Amino acid sequence: MTPIGWFQIVLYCAIIVALVKPLGWYMTKVFNGERTFLSPVLRPVESALYWIGGVDEKREQHWLTYTVAMLLFHVGGFLIIYGLMRLQALLPFNPAGQSAVAQDLSFNTAISFITNTNWQNYGGESTLSYLTQMVGLTHQNFLSAATGIALAVALIRGFSRSSMRTIGNFWIDVTRCTLYVLLPICIVYALFLVWQGMPQTLGAYVEATTLEGGKQTIAVGPVASQVAIKMLGTNGGGFFNANASHPFENPTALSNFVQMISIFALGAALTNVFGRMVGNQRQGWAILGVMGVLFLAGVAVTYWAEANGTSTLNALQLTGGNMEGKEVRFGIVASSLFAVITTAASCGAVNAMHDSFTALGGMIPLLNIQLGEIIVGGVGAGMYGMLLFVVLAIFVAGLMVGRTPEFVGKKIEAREVKMAMLAILILPLMILGWTAVAVVFPPAVASMANAGPHGFTEVLYAFTSATGNNGSAFGGLTGNTFFYNLTLASSMFVGRFFMIVPAMAMAGSLAAKKSIPPSAGTLPTTGGLFVGLVVGVILIIGGLTFFPALALGPIVEHLAMNANTLF
Amino acid sequence: METMKLQKKTTASAMLDPKIVMPAIRAAFAKLDPRLMVKNPVMFVVEVVAALTTVIFLRHLVTGGESLAFTFQIILWLWFTVLFANFAEAVAEGRGKAQAESLKKTRTESQAKLLEGPGKNYRLVPGTSLKVGDIVLVEAGDNIPSDGEVIEGVASVNEAAITGESAPVIRESGGDRSAVTGGTQVLSDWIRVRITAAQGSTFIDRMIKLVEGAERQKTPNEIALNILLAGLTIIFVFATVTIPSYAAYAGGSISVVVLVALFVTLIPTTIGALLSAIGIAGMDRLVRFNVLAMSGRAVEAAGDVDTLLLDKTGTITLGNRQATAFRPLRGVTEQELADAAQLASLADETPEGRSIVVLAKEKYGIRGRDMKELNASFIPFAAQTRMSGIDAGSSSVRKGAVDAILNYVDGGGATRAVASGNAARAVSGVLSEAAREIQAISDEVSKAGGTPLAVAKDGKLLGIVHLKDIVKGGIRERFAELRRMGIRTVMITGDNPMTAAAIAAEAGVDDFLAQATPEDKLKLIRDEQARGKLVAMCGDGTNDAPALAQADVGVAMNTGTQAAREAGNMVDLDSNPTKLIEVVEIGKQLLMTRGALTTFSIANDVAKYFAIIPAMFLAFYPQLEVLNVMHLASPQSAILSAIIFNALIIIALIPLALKGVAYRAVGAGALLRRNLLIYGLGGIIVPFIGIKAIDLAVVALHLA
Repeated sequence: MTPIGWFQIVLYCAIIVALVKPLGWYMTKVFNGERTFLSPVLRPVESALYWIGGVDEKREQHWLTYTVAMLLFHVGGFLIIYGLMRLQALLPFNPAGQSAVAQDLSFNTAISFITNTNWQNYGGESTLSYLTQMVGLTHQNFLSAATGIALAVALIRGFSRSSMRTIGNFWIDVTRCTLYVLLPICIVYALFLVWQGMPQTLGAYVEATTLEGGKQTIAVGPVASQVAIKMLGTNGGGFFNANASHPFENPTALSNFVQMISIFALGAALTNVFGRMVGNQRQGWAILGVMGVLFLAGVAVTYWAEANGTSTLNALQLTGGNMEGKEVRFGIVASSLFAVITTAASCGAVNAMHDSFTALGGMIPLLNIQLGEIIVGGVGAGMYGMLLFVVLAIFVAGLMVGRTPEFVGKKIEAREVKMAMLAILILPLMILGWTAVAVVFPPAVASMANAGPHGFTEVLYAFTSATGNNGSAFGGLTGNTFFYNLTLASSMFVGRFFMIVPAMAMAGSLAAKKSIPPSAGTLPTTGGLFVGLVVGVILIIGGLTFFPALALGPIVEHLAMNANTLF
Repeated sequence: METMKLQKKTTASAMLDPKIVMPAIRAAFAKLDPRLMVKNPVMFVVEVVAALTTVIFLRHLVTGGESLAFTFQIILWLWFTVLFANFAEAVAEGRGKAQAESLKKTRTESQAKLLEGPGKNYRLVPGTSLKVGDIVLVEAGDNIPSDGEVIEGVASVNEAAITGESAPVIRESGGDRSAVTGGTQVLSDWIRVRITAAQGSTFIDRMIKLVEGAERQKTPNEIALNILLAGLTIIFVFATVTIPSYAAYAGGSISVVVLVALFVTLIPTTIGALLSAIGIAGMDRLVRFNVLAMSGRAVEAAGDVDTLLLDKTGTITLGNRQATAFRPLRGVTEQELADAAQLASLADETPEGRSIVVLAKEKYGIRGRDMKELNASFIPFAAQTRMSGIDAGSSSVRKGAVDAILNYVDGGGATRAVASGNAARAVSGVLSEAAREIQAISDEVSKAGGTPLAVAKDGKLLGIVHLKDIVKGGIRERFAELRRMGIRTVMITGDNPMTAAAIAAEAGVDDFLAQATPEDKLKLIRDEQARGKLVAMCGDGTNDAPALAQADVGVAMNTGTQAAREAGNMVDLDSNPTKLIEVVEIGKQLLMTRGALTTFSIANDVAKYFAIIPAMFLAFYPQLEVLNVMHLASPQSAILSAIIFNALIIIALIPLALKGVAYRAVGAGALLRRNLLIYGLGGIIVPFIGIKAIDLAVVALHLA
């Protein structure tokens, strides 16, 4: 660990914190339907879209209608991606002549992209046509991100409204999010990436002659436009198979730093949107505080583990930490930081191979996802996931002040607890359940690249990443098999929608409640005490569930590694 | 005062009373019936796995298996866990049961005198045959056969059966003291009673059911907590049933009994076992405090109360006003005024009247005079005239409300102006100078929080007696305490706004409602509720009934009317309105105890993981010995210690569950910090120490 390394981490945090307020202010205006500086340009487009879609701007939706609209929207998204992948050979913009994608892989990828997971069982440049990349993936990158944010805003409205039946209009929220937030930022961002050296072309792959005289095909394509939303929308599905470690997908140290910032920017700003909407920005800062504590703890462990390397490496005089699987242009700090960020948020882009991290260094990304990706989290998804945990924390400990627990003026009662529990149950069910099947089912076991605890971790990571809609792969595991395509798709689907529906039901029941003014008897939810409480509940309820599995994976591997036993 | 009594009553430990403990042990076994257990999801799951492992154990016993002694001990402790939970509930119920027994004794079979027609002709019928609407005669020495309303007569009644207070109370027709309770005894005189409750639904019947807990329904908060506990249990099902597969991958195997041990220690058994005991004990605390809550929901609501509506008289001030000064008009001496006021009050037995006599004697040495010697006749207070006084020969003295006396003196001229309140000043020109002066003095008295009482002799105004409300000692501190708890107090009074403001300031309430009518009260409650606040109030009169019903916590006084008692969701048997404050505290204590034990229970899991996980996987991953931070002797002793700790902690926490977590009137932040430290941090640390200690004992006794 070096001072310059820590400086980079501190600088990163400072920039994120600085972005929270302006972005939060702007997004609050967007979702409250107020005028913004972009309105003169975008308002006519917006109105036209509503006119075409037959959306009545005045009409708000009940939580059930809102949720059904969201689900229908995803059915459409699924069909588009699935259709494009199956038919890409017959469609234009296919200079590399990619053939139709197999059924199970198309299914897996379609689910993967509508759930904002972007699990890469496909190999970007070797499987997909430009049309599939742009119309299928990039397009869904925007919409699944916009959906996540819309849902978070709907839940926030549940907290901020009093005695109301509606929580907003899904179509309007998604449209405004895409038009006013995602598109403008992405246009500027994509131009920046092009400047940094990222390709943006519809031209064919380039043929190059190497120094030895061999022939090399260099894949290019409309990369920058997809990478911008892949990061900003915490999607993470790469244009190239190697994702953000590919020189064309992450050319420079600066592009790497900006990409890390863009992963957290919107998710962190949503805490401020929450604070503004419930009428007290400190509520938002407190939630960001919870995220910050967990984030810094994770960064510290991973950075320490990677910088110290292993006793085996040190015995071979290979000091200077563990550089296996890392890009030299990023080094240990930027790779460790990126790994923690991409798993804390549900991005899943990777600039280093998590499989090659030390046992503990790799455990943190795993744990980040298992906690529910609530440390900033996926755009929107992190916010509503965190609010579910806050509801539980408030309910458990809030009783200790001698009142029915309240959060930002809403009583937390049986219905809220039920919905929060339902949503949180999903994580251990899918992650632990499928892992238990996969580690003993012979065709699944055959996919493992490593034996022992490390192989176990690869499988655990795959289901964790899919259920958490993260999409990053630990590596090592051969995921493009019939078994994994289906089981991972089911994890992604359940992990996304079985969490959303209870969260929306909670939004509906909260919006219908009266808002109670705070008094001296109300549990304070802005201070350090609250932050500590929520962190504790997240670690005990969210984390301890996975303790047996972690003990058998990374923990035992770490202990064995110290004794120079490798897997 | 009341708090002291409460503390004394609760600290007597039911855990040591053999009259409660012996039946509770029997009940613990009777409660193993799965039909009863299923109401408590967490403990039901423990019972099911205990039964399952017992079957497996018996099979191994026959076919032969390994480490039977260890398995047997684990199973034994699993059953103990369930039994301890049942025992906790039984002990909590035991105290109520004892009380119910004594109540049942008062419900003796009695004969009722059923009246036929308006006269005193009655026919003896069994009390059980009475119907609602029947009219009965109850005479001295009779038991009142059922709940009812006095429609004629006055009698002194011994209500010790329900209140425990042996001093008789007066029950009379009309007014706010007309309700009588079945099972109480008339000591003197007679009354006619219209029966208002059928057998089986009388007040005593309801009271018995309440203290027995027979009709106990889960409260909203308890339901929510049960959902949380059930959810956690399901999460831990996932966490444990997947372990054999992971172990198989690693080339090891794990016995069912070890898995069960891990599962049972992880699920929140501590709070699951004590949850219903906490609820029962909360109700019980109220009962022993002589307040009957008609539902557990009301007790919970009491903890959530944001606004307390308190009647001024009797709650904030002593019931009676006292004369503190004589304020004569110009040209009248204080002595003269005192003399006339004393004369008018000689025969007045009201506390106000007596206080005037006392003041006159203390300040001016005016001695008591004999009414007969003066040949005087007493004119009692009447609602129409709103005055009292005496007529002695040609001379007559009157005292009363200022406008009433002005009316009396003036023959009606000034009244219209004065009666219309503020308008009086505008038209003061029409008032005589004396009337204007008396109005000025009266305003001054009102502003100081007093009640002006005008005195006139032979048609001439003399001056004003300043009656002062005496604010109860210590009440100001109580209100400050409530403010720290985040509760707003509103004083309700019939006084005019000026007087009310002065008393409100003196007593330290946050707000007041002056010249309050029952409609005003109802409106205030609705307004507060519309802003999302929970309101508590107490009342006794029939006109309080709508407000009592509207309030989230309505405490009816036992001396009150039947209508009020029906409308409220609590009845205070001592009829002490100040108790509302303690009721709120008891509600808060109930919620706090639940929260504290839930937090403790969940925090315990950390240590249990560290005890069992290394023990479980040691056979195939010896490296995990590092996680055995407690240095427990062997895998078997570690698992056994964890499960023993898990069972014993239930017993250890029963006294806390029954007594409740100590409540302090501090802000929510300070309260949370303190309780998080004790039950959160304590919940993480205590099991590390406990499990280690048990492990040492287990090894010393060669149990594993």
